[in-house]
Amino acid sequence: MAGGSKTFGPSVFQRKKGLAPMLRFIFGRLAVLIPTFLGVSLIAFSFIRLLPGDPVMLMSGERVMAPERHTELMHQLGLDRPMYVQYFDYLGGLVTGDFGSSIVTKRPVLDDFMNLFPATLELSLCAIIVAVLLGIPAGVIAAVKRGTWLDQSLMGVALVGYSMPIFWWGLLLIIFFSGYLGWTPVSGRISMMYFFPQVTGFMLIDSLISGQAGAFKSAVSYLILPTVVLATIPLAVIARQTRSAMLEVLGEDYVRTARSKGLSPFRVIGVHALRNALIPVITTIGLQVGVLLAGAILTETIFSWPGIGKWMVDSVFKRDYQVVQGGLMLIAAMIMIINLIVDVLYGFINPRIRH
Amino acid sequence: MKKLSTLLAATAIATLMAGSAWSKTFVYCSEASPEGFDPGLYTGGQTFDAAAHTVYNRLVEFKRGTTEIEPALAESWEISADGKEYTFKLRPGVKFQTTEYFTPTRELNADDVIFSFERQYKADNAWNKYVPGASWEYFSGMGLPDLLEKVEKVDDLTVKIVLKRPEAPLLANLGMPFISILSKEYADKLQADGKMELMNQQPLGTGPFTFVAYQPDAAIRYKANPDYWGGKQKIDDLVFAITTDAAVRAQKLKAGECQLMSYPNAADVAELKADPNLNISEQAGLNVSYLAYNTLVPPFDKVEVRKALNMAVNKQAIVDAVFQGAATVAKNPIPPTMWSYNDKVEDDKYDPEVAKKMLEDAGVKDLKMKIWAMPVARPYMLNARRAAELMQSDLAKIGVTAEIVSYEWAEYLKLSSAKDRDGAAILGWTGDNGDPDNFLDTLLGCDAVGGNNRAQWCNKEFDDLVTKAKETSDVAERTKLYEEAQIVFKKEAPWNTLDHSLAVVPMSKKVSGFVQSPLGDFVFEGVDIAE
Repeated sequence: MAGGSKTFGPSVFQRKKGLAPMLRFIFGRLAVLIPTFLGVSLIAFSFIRLLPGDPVMLMSGERVMAPERHTELMHQLGLDRPMYVQYFDYLGGLVTGDFGSSIVTKRPVLDDFMNLFPATLELSLCAIIVAVLLGIPAGVIAAVKRGTWLDQSLMGVALVGYSMPIFWWGLLLIIFFSGYLGWTPVSGRISMMYFFPQVTGFMLIDSLISGQAGAFKSAVSYLILPTVVLATIPLAVIARQTRSAMLEVLGEDYVRTARSKGLSPFRVIGVHALRNALIPVITTIGLQVGVLLAGAILTETIFSWPGIGKWMVDSVFKRDYQVVQGGLMLIAAMIMIINLIVDVLYGFINPRIRH
Repeated sequence: MKKLSTLLAATAIATLMAGSAWSKTFVYCSEASPEGFDPGLYTGGQTFDAAAHTVYNRLVEFKRGTTEIEPALAESWEISADGKEYTFKLRPGVKFQTTEYFTPTRELNADDVIFSFERQYKADNAWNKYVPGASWEYFSGMGLPDLLEKVEKVDDLTVKIVLKRPEAPLLANLGMPFISILSKEYADKLQADGKMELMNQQPLGTGPFTFVAYQPDAAIRYKANPDYWGGKQKIDDLVFAITTDAAVRAQKLKAGECQLMSYPNAADVAELKADPNLNISEQAGLNVSYLAYNTLVPPFDKVEVRKALNMAVNKQAIVDAVFQGAATVAKNPIPPTMWSYNDKVEDDKYDPEVAKKMLEDAGVKDLKMKIWAMPVARPYMLNARRAAELMQSDLAKIGVTAEIVSYEWAEYLKLSSAKDRDGAAILGWTGDNGDPDNFLDTLLGCDAVGGNNRAQWCNKEFDDLVTKAKETSDVAERTKLYEEAQIVFKKEAPWNTLDHSLAVVPMSKKVSGFVQSPLGDFVFEGVDIAE
């Protein structure tokens, strides 16, 4: 019986012979990345320069800088060179892995990115795990109980979650859970009582390695609210996507056949239907990476989470050209890589995509 | 670098754990990440709090809670009769901090002082360009490169500063964070190791707290310096918890995650005051906010027109709406906490009827003007747009049509200083050093037209008084000159002086010994916390 179940519908494990089409597919995708990379670099470079003001002007605040001094400092920073020279200089740097140094802090952009990115990654991973673990079951339940009060309330909550302004939502949670109830800490990554060297940059892991009693528990407690806030929108999107994909699949002939064969409802829904419904859901999850990074900017600001979102926002305000263009490039590269992985995974699950 | 910092952190933990049973940790919720740890390179207040007031000292410093200069690394000083030579006697026996990354072998001497000055203005000094784009913004902003003739060593503990012309505010300038005294021995070591950039990452000075570690955008850690010349601090560890959102800082303070916070939202102050576990310290800030007319453009070149507009605006209503009481109406261009503040000056009385008549008498009809509103909140003006709207409705009552304009901040700063600016601009100033010159000459002097002088106002009588005061060392004499200058200012009305805001510092009731600085610095020397 168990073996027989695989004959229904296009199985996820069904494969064409050989790896060649898969490799061709991957290389094809990689080739597309080159123009994308160039395009992003141009946008990153020009976007920050299109904003009025320049980093030198902002250095002195209310105190007006003499025009001669302004010219001198712009020259020192190489910002008086023609735009195309600056662009090719920056592009040349990118190719050799040199992302330049921050105009404000004078630290190398790559160092700061590597230092701060684990915090963003840790938060985003936790958020996406929560979103998937709650979103898929919620979507499945809503689809199965279609039209009932349960479906309507789940989707109602999802709609509210989807439209939630993150900043307001975060503050609300802080005021209620941290301020009023005192259950969770307000902001930061771990209690200031604990202090240990950054090894992996993931606070959950580092706190365990540190061997300090209570450190891990503290790190978890600091992670709860930001995770909830960041997971809210992807959770809502995944739940809605799962529901609609499930509804489509539940109407398919092979599901009806499976049902009529007398398979248990759990098996029909959990194995036959969900497996196929997951294909578009995985795409959605992949697309949420961009949403997560956008959400991370606000979440990190509210929760004083030392990640790249907060870092980028500060740099835009200070017109720190090097950080903004370098940071955007690094973030874009991350998203491109993740999308590539999702594409490949998708091609792997669904052979039709490869051709 | 990575290895070093890991090693450093590991040692710090060991120290921390060994002493954890008795260690007293003070956590401060600060508002922004420091730009770096070399106070000479930056202008941000958060950088000065994190580096200058913890790790470093200066030749002279501001007496806690005042803008008065007191001896610090210099025990005493003499000023020559012509006001051009300042001779400083250094305090003997001052030790530099011993850290994991450096162990000093000698005490503070004249070489350290000379190094700390020369690196900021001598282009041939190896440290002048030690990080890419080093610009020593404050040093040049305060005009020191043009003012200094030389800084020379008389003997190991005596330094002479020679000026090109007499400049009375020099002492106040020397109390400012940017001219903190660094260790030349440490600098030489970094230079020999080819690691000069560490000066901006691992600071080492003579101050009350020793730098331990910086976790970017998250926290800065210090421990009390056991060798501090001013005596070891009562707290063992000092932590800056970087929390950029003001509402979140308030929640952290209420939850006990920190013991003191900077810059609360005006809207949160009432709630913080109501909290039985918190104390609120309030002090008039060393600032002013103003509406600067462009006195070069008609009809604002006429005193009567400016006076009439001043009288049409209900400033108390602005202070109430924007600050909810946490500010006072300003009548002078300098704040009341500053020496030489002239309390006898009478403000332009709010009287729309008289204002309307004055405009008519001046032959101005159907006046249309622009009001520039800053796009950002600053301590001296939390909501310029709101203030501008109130002015707009007040001016409408005397028949003046005002249009509110705004630009992005950097653009605003630049455009508002243009001589042909169309309209009156809201802006303000926070004092750097407590010297009246830092307001009166910087913001209203003839030299500042087209720059900091947003009113583009050059008045010979005023300028002569202020210039004379700059060249006189005698404080009583200077006070008289500045008092007179304020009378001229009020008579001429280049600005409508709007407000001086209160600086509010909420802290836990367990905190003692914190003294609010009129300069807006957060200084933790002398702070204690009850168990």
